[in-house]
Amino acid sequence: MGNFIGKSVKRREDARFLKGAGKYTDDIKLPKMTQVAFVRSPYAHAKILNVDTSAARNANGVVAIYTADDGCGQYGVPCGWQVNFKNGETMREPMHPLLAKDKIRHLGEAVAIVIAESLELARDAAELVEVDYEELPAVTNPRDAMEDGAPLVHDQWTDNAAFDWCIGNDRAEVEAALEAAHHVTEMEFRNQRLAPNAIEPRSYIADYDVNADKWTLYTSTQNPHLIRLLLCAFALGIPEHKVRVVSHDVGGGFGSKIYHYTEEALVTWASKEIGRPVKWTSDRSEAFLTDAHGRDHVVTSKMGFDKEGKIVAHLTDEYCGLGAYLSTFAPAVPTYLHGTLFQGVYTTPLIHLNVTAPFTHTVPVDAYRGAGRPEATYLLERMLSKAAAEMNLDQAEIRFKNFIPPFDGIEQPGYQTQVALQYDSGNYEETLKRGLEMLGYEDFRKEQEEARKNGKLLGVGISTYIEGCGIAPSAVVGALGARAGLYEVGHVRVQPTGKVSVFTGTHSHGQGHETVFAQFVADKLGIDMDDVEILHGDTEQVAFGMGTYGSRSLAVGGSAIIKSVEKVLEKGAKIAAHKLEAAEEDLEYAEGKWTVKGTDKSVSFGDVSLTAYVPHDYPEGLEPGLDFSSFYDPANFTYPFGTHIAVVEVCSDTGRVDLKRFIACDDVGNVMNPMIVDGQIHGGVVQGIGQALLEEVVFDEDGQMINASYMDYAMPRADDLPMIETDRTTTPCPHNPLGVKGAGEAGAIGSTPAVVNAVVDAVAHLGVKDIQMPLTPQRVWKAIQN
Amino acid sequence: MNITLTINGKVYTSDIEPRMSLSHYLRETLSLTGTHIGCDTSGCGACTILMGGDAVKSCTILAVQADGCELTTIEGMANGIEMHPIQEAFKENHGLQCGFCTPGMVMTAADLLKNNPNPTEQEIREGLKGNFCRCTGYHNIVKSIQHAAEKING
Repeated sequence: MGNFIGKSVKRREDARFLKGAGKYTDDIKLPKMTQVAFVRSPYAHAKILNVDTSAARNANGVVAIYTADDGCGQYGVPCGWQVNFKNGETMREPMHPLLAKDKIRHLGEAVAIVIAESLELARDAAELVEVDYEELPAVTNPRDAMEDGAPLVHDQWTDNAAFDWCIGNDRAEVEAALEAAHHVTEMEFRNQRLAPNAIEPRSYIADYDVNADKWTLYTSTQNPHLIRLLLCAFALGIPEHKVRVVSHDVGGGFGSKIYHYTEEALVTWASKEIGRPVKWTSDRSEAFLTDAHGRDHVVTSKMGFDKEGKIVAHLTDEYCGLGAYLSTFAPAVPTYLHGTLFQGVYTTPLIHLNVTAPFTHTVPVDAYRGAGRPEATYLLERMLSKAAAEMNLDQAEIRFKNFIPPFDGIEQPGYQTQVALQYDSGNYEETLKRGLEMLGYEDFRKEQEEARKNGKLLGVGISTYIEGCGIAPSAVVGALGARAGLYEVGHVRVQPTGKVSVFTGTHSHGQGHETVFAQFVADKLGIDMDDVEILHGDTEQVAFGMGTYGSRSLAVGGSAIIKSVEKVLEKGAKIAAHKLEAAEEDLEYAEGKWTVKGTDKSVSFGDVSLTAYVPHDYPEGLEPGLDFSSFYDPANFTYPFGTHIAVVEVCSDTGRVDLKRFIACDDVGNVMNPMIVDGQIHGGVVQGIGQALLEEVVFDEDGQMINASYMDYAMPRADDLPMIETDRTTTPCPHNPLGVKGAGEAGAIGSTPAVVNAVVDAVAHLGVKDIQMPLTPQRVWKAIQN
Repeated sequence: MNITLTINGKVYTSDIEPRMSLSHYLRETLSLTGTHIGCDTSGCGACTILMGGDAVKSCTILAVQADGCELTTIEGMANGIEMHPIQEAFKENHGLQCGFCTPGMVMTAADLLKNNPNPTEQEIREGLKGNFCRCTGYHNIVKSIQHAAEKING
């Protein structure tokens, strides 16, 4: 531990946010800026018979109106991942147009963009655009989408499948093992569709400068360079060096701001057309209808056990909805980010997952906090607890029987799963032991028994999860269908005075990079944190980057910065050796200075920095300057894990679930800033609780989303929750320089099944075996009644 | 329509459309962009300000309804570079992550602590139920407000 690493340093970001001085995209006003309102489809599936914009064009304050027939019809946004059919057929990849032409494929799809002098005038004019639709039958459930005769989302194919896919052992072998198993637990359920709901709605401003022939795009994105690449190389075909993408403060992402959206490309295109800045900020209803959703799996699963309770085989079939078009990372989510986690933390010898991924008449589905891993974890952790109940085993006991034994990835090799991945390091049983201690498990079971005698329904739920972060290396993800590398860029510029500017290709939208990255850079250089500045979110400042998602920022982005810090110190040592008239190998570096070992002769980091830029008395042949950029492509994913335990009381009269306690004992590898890691866990846990108890996007049979507002879509509020009790074990990642694993998604992955297991445990003695999420009072009450 | 109102101690007079919401007026007309808009339906609380000392959701109040009123927005909480005890408590307790809901949380907390200087954890949670936060799980927001109460009460 240095001066800063491992300390709960308070965040330097906070002052601006607390004073209302954050700079979110919608806060930006440019001279001559115009505002956008979209004309959006009120139907999920319809033919567009006619679009009449004549009245709107004459409306007060209108600058321009465009439809797909007005010059942007050939443009569409791309998909960044390709998963082909099992039989080798290429993934079906429809054009995702910026504006719908002829056909509407999801509710809220844009038909026209109205640009006016103010938002009010744009909205007034949008109301005057007349669109004639012929409504068609829609399909929103992924299993229904694969039935014979289901309405087709894309007419050029004979069914709705975009691809199918499988992973693991031979299916016949898995089936045979299930046949021979002592006990088979079965589950059929829907991992329901969720709306990510970052509280800041998406916002874009494009500013085309005709004299420079250059665009600046201000955007609420998690990955500015990726947006620039997709925008330039695929969506619009404009020169990448003529586009600057700026992403200042972003009000939460949770995955939904990774993707390149049609609106982003449209405002960029339109700004050049009208020669003025064009701004669009989503309202909340538009966010529900157009931000990519998460989850949406229909699952049928069997898990076989021997008589001791050890898993012998696991077979699952899933229908995973993709929505009407393929969003940026959509094909990866129900496949490589999902099936590869089916080993969980258990020694299961035989696993097979089969996925059918259809188009549906809905907004696209893509990564939402955890992305495929919460869905895998929910299945495994519900299965284990359900099997325990059926086999009369304790929820904890069945897990202890099945855990992969501890391994550090150095002395003991990484663990090779049945589903392609090799885990880096893990000590799974330790987090469960610690979690049970935190709860006081045995005492709780006694309390539960007493409570039942008094008619009180108390339950406990356990979940022992694993997840995969920082997906890499690029060559492997490329072989799996990624159309991008998944490395990261870290640039360390030492200024002549020894002050340090660090440029990272990751993006902070709540994670606190400006603080945490400065902590480890300051420690590695032995200088004060105040002498280190972290910069991100501007493609003209930062060389390149892949952005922030998949809990990758520290494990991948932090490692890239460390590489550059090492280069700085390596070159600095040459300069120091020259100044000290000593051999490099006789020097040691500590506390911001190079010292000749065994002497008091030393030179400071600041002096060396100045010499690098004023190279009068300087090593021969060495370039001036102290400025290094590095690309870091990790050797493997990282694999955080942990135990989450929920305690609930269920009201037998109403079915209402009262979450009494929530315990999280996580292992995210080494920790740079415990305060921030705890904060990430708290937030993730509560999003997972939201899925368990409250959240679900609901469509009616026509494909209308019937809860597209904050009055209808339930998310956790402060009074739904207890304080979250956290603790940690530390199993360092063996393959990155900081030994870190990632903490952004762990909470949302582990918590959901813990809560559902607890509710089912509370009512298990009444004969309840499963309840479908979200566990609303009505569903729980019905389960009790039945 | 002409309106005159006092915001953070300063008097503003504007000629605005009657349909303009107070949140849009603050952000678009006065460039007081610390007040955020997350929903337009009073659901998220990001736009919470103090009107006559009471917390209100400025997205569902028309600017003309605020004519003659005294408002405090997040920009009016700090005293120069010195933060308000509530703001300080949020920083010390990591009561914010992305910062988008934060102005609304701080203003709600100000109203809460004015009416109940020594709230219990449950009272704080109930007081916050009109404000969404998607980042913190509310844990550190509750702690921040507990801590702010201690600070204010000395």
